[in-house]
Amino acid sequence: MLTILRLVAFALFLYAPLSLAETVLQRGNGAEPETLDFHKSSGVPEANIQRDLFEGLVTESADGKLQPGVAESWETSADGKTYTFHLRKEVKWSDGSALTAADFVYAWRRALAPETASDYAFILWPVAGAESYSKGESKDPASIAIKAVDPHTLEVQLNAPTAYFLGMLTHHMTYPLAQAELEKFGKDWTKPGNLVSNGAYRLSEWQPQSHIKLEKNPQYRDAANVAIDTVKYIPTEDKNTELKRFRAGELDITDDIPSDQTAWVKENLPDAFRNSAYIGTYYYALNLEHPAFKDKPKLRRALSLAIDREILTEKITQSGEIPAYGWVPAVEGYTQQTMEEKSLDKAARVALAKQLYAESGYTADKPLELEILYNTSDNHKKLAVAVAAMWKQTLGVTTQLRNEEWKVYLSSRSQKQFQVIRSGWIGDYNDAYSFLGLFKSDVGEMNPSNYKNPEFDRLMKEAETQADAKLRSEAMAQAERVLLADMPIVPVYHYTTQHLVSSKVTGWVDNVMDVHPSRYLGIK
Amino acid sequence: MLRYVLRRLWGAIPTLLVIITLAFFLIRLAPGGPFDSERPVPPEIAANLERAYHLDQPLPVQYGYYLLNVLQGDFGPSFKYKDHSVSELIAQGFPVSLQLGMLAMLLALLLGIPAGMAAALHHNRPLDHVLMAVAMTGITIPNFVMAPLLALVFGVFLQWLPVAGWGSGWQSMVLPVIALALPQVAYAARLMRASMLETLSSPHIRTAFAKGLPLRLILWRHVLKGALLPLISWLGPATAAIVTGSVVIEQIFGIPGIGRHFVQGALNRDYTLVMGVVVFYGGLIIAMNLLVDVLYGWFDPRVRYG
Repeated sequence: MLTILRLVAFALFLYAPLSLAETVLQRGNGAEPETLDFHKSSGVPEANIQRDLFEGLVTESADGKLQPGVAESWETSADGKTYTFHLRKEVKWSDGSALTAADFVYAWRRALAPETASDYAFILWPVAGAESYSKGESKDPASIAIKAVDPHTLEVQLNAPTAYFLGMLTHHMTYPLAQAELEKFGKDWTKPGNLVSNGAYRLSEWQPQSHIKLEKNPQYRDAANVAIDTVKYIPTEDKNTELKRFRAGELDITDDIPSDQTAWVKENLPDAFRNSAYIGTYYYALNLEHPAFKDKPKLRRALSLAIDREILTEKITQSGEIPAYGWVPAVEGYTQQTMEEKSLDKAARVALAKQLYAESGYTADKPLELEILYNTSDNHKKLAVAVAAMWKQTLGVTTQLRNEEWKVYLSSRSQKQFQVIRSGWIGDYNDAYSFLGLFKSDVGEMNPSNYKNPEFDRLMKEAETQADAKLRSEAMAQAERVLLADMPIVPVYHYTTQHLVSSKVTGWVDNVMDVHPSRYLGIK
Repeated sequence: MLRYVLRRLWGAIPTLLVIITLAFFLIRLAPGGPFDSERPVPPEIAANLERAYHLDQPLPVQYGYYLLNVLQGDFGPSFKYKDHSVSELIAQGFPVSLQLGMLAMLLALLLGIPAGMAAALHHNRPLDHVLMAVAMTGITIPNFVMAPLLALVFGVFLQWLPVAGWGSGWQSMVLPVIALALPQVAYAARLMRASMLETLSSPHIRTAFAKGLPLRLILWRHVLKGALLPLISWLGPATAAIVTGSVVIEQIFGIPGIGRHFVQGALNRDYTLVMGVVVFYGGLIIAMNLLVDVLYGWFDPRVRYG
């Protein structure tokens, strides 16, 4: 008996250091990643993984602020149109080969090449020559104004001073690419064993719909400060399953929580629940091509005023969302704008809504008849029911609800087959332009209301060409005031993020971009 | 027997062609396309995407391309999961679905047959009523209710088994296999009971009892073979249903099987992925039915000469 106990003790002794040796982080990650080819991806699940695998010229700190990445420093020309980046000399690819400025030139040219068929190529269009090459108007990749001056110096010329350019460089479309690997493996370059990365981690395993496993990259420039050895990204479309897995200890971080469980989570898992502001706005877009709304700013304003956003966020969404009286959420270097009527009390707002509704020619006997289109989701449905009830109660508007499956909804939306549509917008970078750019006349389908106002366009053009940050911000604020006066949309709330983070995870910092690179995290 | 098999195989070709054609055109009828997103891309970029996947060609031309590729065993690239071809996704997902389905089927037979036999032998007695009540419950509770319940009790509360995932040892298989098998256990038990009762009341069994043969011998030699026939004809569609019907279970337990690809493919309008899975499953169901017909023919020679 004693011998057996000794053997067990010895086995435990052997096992203990092994189990302590490797730290593993299990992250819930929403949908299965479409691709790890960062020139072909567009979603958040892919971006989370790519952020661990790759690093751009500029990167984010744990709290989502910009900080030097592969570039240790940079200068901007006096006219704000030329950026010169100085790359760190020690940066390497995960196979140990040197990473040079040419790797960025190669990557950006590939990103913009029409045959790459990248749906996010347009994000690089502020670079001189990028748009015409991407559209196939120019066939010469050298016409894109990105140049490797020497192996450690990169020069980029822009069409106009672009204040958000540095923020844009954290986007996956701007990462470097190892040319040799791509040419060797072709479209299989993203497979485990083939993929060469320059971030804190390298790819070790990928089983679709099961997991993606990353392991620490010893060649990473800051590898000494990377605490977690292995990161497992686990796709979990079903939020309820994700919650159960977290409760069972199978996940350390969840991608989201089911909205109908928020109250339960707040009460039962208060230490793990992380809820913070997110760079996004939930809104209703009014179709300005539809006779109901065309040339009727008073009616649009009445509909917006009749919505009680506090009730919607407190009683329906219940995840700490911030009632939205303006379009742009809290972003850096910008003063948030709100509808003029925000300062009025509720009774005054309702009175004004009734007055504007009546002035638009509608009465109790002749009410406005509307239809709200939303995609299948309990939350969208609950909100639409509540908004319809508020319109009915305050103004007497009769509202029908139309629910469509996601792709059907997108099709109706692009063909403008709706009167009112629920929508949401998440900023690509931490700058007001990422929101206001949506309502320029030449944006096309992305502007769901089909809003067009020359004054708004003029102010946005002014912001686009303005090198002075303060003046640029003021031009955008003026543009937003024009937008809010015209009211082509009804902002409802600014998004928040909801995660469950295990108490054993260290280094998690809530931030408005919701970026949490694994290299800043640790396990207690 | 060989001629019978070959005849059946030859007959399967037009069936498969009809499946491919119907699936190809039906999925194109669904509104929305694979590249539609909340952030519509500029028209030039949309054109680049369509060109890359031959979607700029007329539909009959695309259909022609598809048929030619399928004949060469190539299901094409996935529109959504751009790093994988459809064949790769099926090759990765099918063994998992098959393993899950086969284990569930095995469990269904191991539990269902003895339960059905016991119920038949205790006809209209308490054991029969209890077993049939349990079977009825198994059939009526859908597995999208049963599966989360099992995960909650055995995964979250008791922490005996993993809530979700696959491939981390036998533990991860237990809950999904049980959840998938439960309704089939119930079907197998009810089917076995009915068929046993019928066989037990047939003249040759009554003669055997009259001759004083022991019960064990009568059951094994005379009852079982006859009673299993309806179960065998049920086996084909049931296996196909269990392998294809694991979609919900795979989704709930996060299992990387083919069913998950099918659901996500349909939602994403990933034409090639959905087509690939439909064609693959079509072939599989045809093969399963053929196998059952052959087995049936072996058990009952009247079929193959009929």
